[in-house]
Amino acid sequence: MLKGRHLIDPMDFSLEELDDILLLAEKIIAKPENFSEALKGKILATLFYEPSTRTRFSFEAAMLRLGGQVIGFSEPNASSVSKGESVADTIRTVSCYADIAVMRHPKEGAPRVASMYSDIPLINAGDGGHQHPTQTLTDLLTIKSVKGNLSNLTIGFCGDLKFGRTVHSLIKAITRYDNIRIILISPEELKVPDYIRNEILIKKNIDYKEAERIEDEIGNLDILYMTRVQKERFFNEDDYLRLKDRFILDEDKMDLAPDSMMVMHPLPRVNEISYEIDNDPRAMYFKQAKYGMYARMALMMKLLGVE
Amino acid sequence: MLRINSIKNGFVIDHIKAGLGIKIFNYLGLDNADYTVALIMNADSKKLGKKDIIKIETQMDLDYTVLGFIDPNITIDVIENSAIREKIKLSLPDRVENVMKCKNPRCITSVEKYIPQVFYLVDHSKGEYRCTYCDEIYRVSES
Repeated sequence: MLKGRHLIDPMDFSLEELDDILLLAEKIIAKPENFSEALKGKILATLFYEPSTRTRFSFEAAMLRLGGQVIGFSEPNASSVSKGESVADTIRTVSCYADIAVMRHPKEGAPRVASMYSDIPLINAGDGGHQHPTQTLTDLLTIKSVKGNLSNLTIGFCGDLKFGRTVHSLIKAITRYDNIRIILISPEELKVPDYIRNEILIKKNIDYKEAERIEDEIGNLDILYMTRVQKERFFNEDDYLRLKDRFILDEDKMDLAPDSMMVMHPLPRVNEISYEIDNDPRAMYFKQAKYGMYARMALMMKLLGVE
Repeated sequence: MLRINSIKNGFVIDHIKAGLGIKIFNYLGLDNADYTVALIMNADSKKLGKKDIIKIETQMDLDYTVLGFIDPNITIDVIENSAIREKIKLSLPDRVENVMKCKNPRCITSVEKYIPQVFYLVDHSKGEYRCTYCDEIYRVSES
């Protein structure tokens, strides 16, 4: 039962609950007109303490397409947050006005704290370099739609695996399915955090390896998940400049990849995927954005107990 | 060897790893005690080589969770009428609150101070704890 629950971390939901959401998303994709009034009379509050275009639009579009309405702020300076209000007080107030809320915050764990004080379902839309569980729903829906299932896959994650919250969330979720192999391709400085390596990959006995070059691994992948080296996660600009161009996917590297390999990216991209690849049938990153809206529609319906 | 008189009613906190005695002494606020207290440092120990011991001549509530977090190998003798009433063996607690602070500058606890600092034990053999908010991992020996 997902009604009234929060989604802060991909592990908050069981596999069956995740599958339930994906199943509803597939129903919405098949006949969106059947759901156009599913959340009529409901209000979504969007609390974005950090800039976001894609995720915020995706949530807003999802609510509007379900017949609901949206309130919120898209940068903290325009709200009482700029007066120093805590996330606990903000969510307690918003709980009085809205039926469901979504929060993006630059500090890791902020949505977890807010959920402790919230009377309405709260969704984490990204907290610092930590987790981004609705991107994971998006990714799972995209993989399931293209590959037909979520098992027996070799997935390469490439780029910033240290601060890449979409990577952390997807590794947590996808390794719950059978026979998943993970290849981590990153420079030494941007390797996955210890809690992902120790608590997920090692503890769950996942077949994984760490590598330093895309071209050494791309021939064996079912999915290549690219990420951006994010300037805003670095305290030191020199480190950012040194690392930002280390992994770029271009046509030469794609020539080494299997015909059935999917290229995924949570977007926005900077230069880590060459524009020449956009027309390659294996490029799935713009389709991912559309799946994201459907995944969020299904999630909000489930958390509000409407089907 | 240095001799310290036995106590009548109180506690003997024994088998403290040498060097940690002062940390426990301070944690328990024993520098302000108006009862008899002894901190013995670097005593000989068959098991540990060197150990610290604390003797407290009063009845008080000891937080075994926090003491276990500081050093899970500690033993505590509860003394009543000059006899050992109970021997307590400690272990690493599954959860600790407001005992250490998360040092991750990106953690929400670094800016919002009202939030309780909560950590969960993730690896008993390594003594590793995880911040419940940001998932940063800490070893007890580093805290």
